Amino acid sequence: MGLFKKGSLSAILQKIFGKKHAKIGIYGPPNVGKTTLANRILRDWTGDIMGSVSEIPHETRRAKWKRDVKVDNGNSSLFMDIVDTPGISTKVDFKDFMNTYGLSKDEAKRRAKEATEGVIEAIKWLEGIDGVLLVMDSTQDPFTQVNVTILGNLEARNLPVLIAANKIDMEESSPATLKSAFPQHPVVPISALTGYNSDNLYTTMVSHFGKRRRKKRR
Amino acid sequence: MKKYSSGISFNLISRQKLLELSSEEKLKFILKEVKKGKILVLEYGLTPMEQTNLIEDTMKEIEQDTFIGVEMEGYGQDSPTFFQKLFGVGKRPRMTLIGPADLLHMVKKDNNMIQTKIIPGHGAK
Repeated sequence: MGLFKKGSLSAILQKIFGKKHAKIGIYGPPNVGKTTLANRILRDWTGDIMGSVSEIPHETRRAKWKRDVKVDNGNSSLFMDIVDTPGISTKVDFKDFMNTYGLSKDEAKRRAKEATEGVIEAIKWLEGIDGVLLVMDSTQDPFTQVNVTILGNLEARNLPVLIAANKIDMEESSPATLKSAFPQHPVVPISALTGYNSDNLYTTMVSHFGKRRRKKRR
Repeated sequence: MKKYSSGISFNLISRQKLLELSSEEKLKFILKEVKKGKILVLEYGLTPMEQTNLIEDTMKEIEQDTFIGVEMEGYGQDSPTFFQKLFGVGKRPRMTLIGPADLLHMVKKDNNMIQTKIIPGHGAK
């Protein structure tokens, strides 16, 4: 019998030097570009995509995930299971889908029903993840209750959070507003659509999510 | 949606009442009142975990023609001072406003002010 049980040496090294594998959830309100970002990450590191995107909110109504995505920052790497979650909101009104996006009543009601289930599923996923890439729309007011609630929840669990200030390709974007709103967390301005500054995001993801950290019990 | 013309009910819920309730009881109470069309001002707000659970419970309660969800606005928790930490005081929730989403709308929120508006024609007496 060896000095160490099978796997214990690697566990010790991991405790000392940090994580090699992490399950990362992509969270945020609807329509901030979570799936666009998930597609960007997967396209850059696996050549694959996660799912379809749409201007209609709640396009992603079931969580989707991709295992073992290796992200490299030049000096070190991290294997991540990337989970693209449905947008979290406090309300879902089927009439919004009809009046703003022209869906039929039946289609709007079906989408609304699935959207409510998606929110529940996204919240349930919080139980099993190691870190969160919180996507915010840098053209919008960052002080939404959904953002505040998600951040408070993650802080209570002591989960590492990285804020992706998305849509900086748009003229009205203001990532600085977002940085000043949440100074306690790293904020990386990006455009998931064009890929602008994605290298910086990947470097920060590897260093931030690779850190050793103890989860709090609820 | 429920429509009433004779005013909107605005209830301030005391810290004492909220502290007497368990998390589950608190969320049940809030959702029950909000579904009646009432706007609640919680003197002692919800913890982030309770807020998340409220969102989850709200999604389960949505009825497409009568209840579309909640509008909830408040600030993050108050951090204890160094001396409060010494005496075991943790983060404390702050005042929170909760109402039916078809009645209460957030206009603007920053570090100093939460501005909301009430859409006339909805809500409870």
